[in-house]
Amino acid sequence: MNNFEPLIAVFSCHYCSYAAADLAGSSRIQYPPNIRVIKIPCTGRVSVNHILKALECGADGVYVAGCLEGTCHFISGNFKAKQRVQYAKNLLSEINMEPERVQMYFMSAAEGAKFANVAKEMTETIRELGPSPLGQNKSE
Amino acid sequence: MIVAERKPMEEILSMIEDANRILVLGCRGCTTVCCAGGPKEVQELATLIRMNRKQKGTTVETLEASNELQCEPQSVGPLLEKLADQFDVILSMACGAGVQTIVKSFPDVRVLPALNTNFIGMAEEHGVWTEVCVACGDCLLGRTAGICPMTRCAKQLLNGPCGGSMKGKCEISKDVDCAWQLIIDRLTRLGRLEVLEEIYPVKDWSAGWHRGPQKIVREDLTS
Repeated sequence: MNNFEPLIAVFSCHYCSYAAADLAGSSRIQYPPNIRVIKIPCTGRVSVNHILKALECGADGVYVAGCLEGTCHFISGNFKAKQRVQYAKNLLSEINMEPERVQMYFMSAAEGAKFANVAKEMTETIRELGPSPLGQNKSE
Repeated sequence: MIVAERKPMEEILSMIEDANRILVLGCRGCTTVCCAGGPKEVQELATLIRMNRKQKGTTVETLEASNELQCEPQSVGPLLEKLADQFDVILSMACGAGVQTIVKSFPDVRVLPALNTNFIGMAEEHGVWTEVCVACGDCLLGRTAGICPMTRCAKQLLNGPCGGSMKGKCEISKDVDCAWQLIIDRLTRLGRLEVLEEIYPVKDWSAGWHRGPQKIVREDLTS
């Protein structure tokens, strides 16, 4: 358990958080290598099935990183994502999995440091929760 | 459309506890439109079932499929003839009519409902559905300005509002509109309030849901 390295899928918006990840990189800000970033045109594209599939396929945690509230390039995509993340959390509770394994974050393209902090925060959260009860992460 | 909701996962999981090969079968009709049993929800439910089994350290084989209309034997027949005997259970994500259509066509197959069928309703907006028809079998909408007192009046009154109608709301809840207030307002707007002065025969209550199971036979369509 002490050697547990979480595997975390990040659905990252092209306009904000993906640009924030770029900024974190070009600013040489370190963040945990546990995250796997999946670039999407808007967090409104993320469906509950994407989140569940990521968990089923071996992710210990999933988070969706969208634009700051009120600044979505497609007006309301990040709000839709927020509702779907909440729905996904409810589904996990229904099958007795920790809902904290799925989270929603908001950040702007200028917040490279926040992208790194969120990656650290989520990695710590999942490290505390332990490996996914689906038992597929072999990195322990 | 028929509006349904997924049963709680606990109930679904307990029903399929002993099944290892499960066909999760959606319907592309009403339950797709009310976001309860379409292809997306089929994928969601099948994933949750697999995830639940993985947590328990066991495996389950699931197949995700959807019919055009599960309440049509012609729609379920061709697909299930090939698949039915390969699965322990068919978990239907259609309304009660869909489940029973499979039961009738495939008497040897175990079919379970994954949804609770709630009502005949319409979409107010995406994600919000309200009941608007009780299938009373004797439609009154032609003389009630298109607003159904059978569904929307708590007392199913047919001759105007009761004393419990206050400021356009029903006495059962301040969130429920008085159906007769809506009817009168709409008839007034249409300039057809005199419709209410006509005397109609007593409603045929025997055509509604109070009686036993109904059947319609169209001689021109039967073979």
